[in-house]
Amino acid sequence: MSDLDIKLKVDASGLSCPMPILKATQAIKTVNSGELIEILATDPGSVKDFPSWAASTGNALVEQDSANGKFRFVFRRK
Amino acid sequence: MDETISIVLFSGTDDKLQAAAVLAAGAAALGRPVKILLQYWALDAFRADRIAADHGLAAEAGAAGKAAFDAAARAGHAHWTDSLRMAKELGDVDIQACSQSMDVLKLQQSDLDPLVDGVEGVAAFYVNAGEGQIIFI
Repeated sequence: MSDLDIKLKVDASGLSCPMPILKATQAIKTVNSGELIEILATDPGSVKDFPSWAASTGNALVEQDSANGKFRFVFRRK
Repeated sequence: MDETISIVLFSGTDDKLQAAAVLAAGAAALGRPVKILLQYWALDAFRADRIAADHGLAAEAGAAGKAAFDAAARAGHAHWTDSLRMAKELGDVDIQACSQSMDVLKLQQSDLDPLVDGVEGVAAFYVNAGEGQIIFI
């Protein structure tokens, strides 16, 4: 685990496409530029969806890992 | 990657409406403008008095497809109306009713769910689509 200062954590476990990226879009708007959010997802599509979303929106993917069937992503708001 | 994605949504079964909602929501989450044109049976599904009703599935789903679809709904997969509402809140999603279909189905805008932003014709749809891609569902 890391010691990043995460402003907001969202658990999108059990939700399938498009909800995980919609939840991420919603969450990132609530923090300030430069701040971090963490998203947990179980949807296998999210593994490629989230890096694509980060690249397209400019919200940097800071950390990505998986454990126990859950995928964890940390983004920094542009 | 900023061009508008335009969706001509003709089909009125829940599976195809779900597919359209996923494509619209995904584009909205990526920051791309989305323009949806509702025709015929999709337009009919957006009637205020039946938008939340069971719109069935395409014939190709069969019994097995229906069982899978219903199981997904019970497992918490978002309904297409919720995905669209959320996409509209988070991004630029415009939903228009095809004026010809309104006429065929004898509908007024007041008959439609608030998800529908207005009524337009084919010329406006093409102009708004610009250089972006057009998807037919």
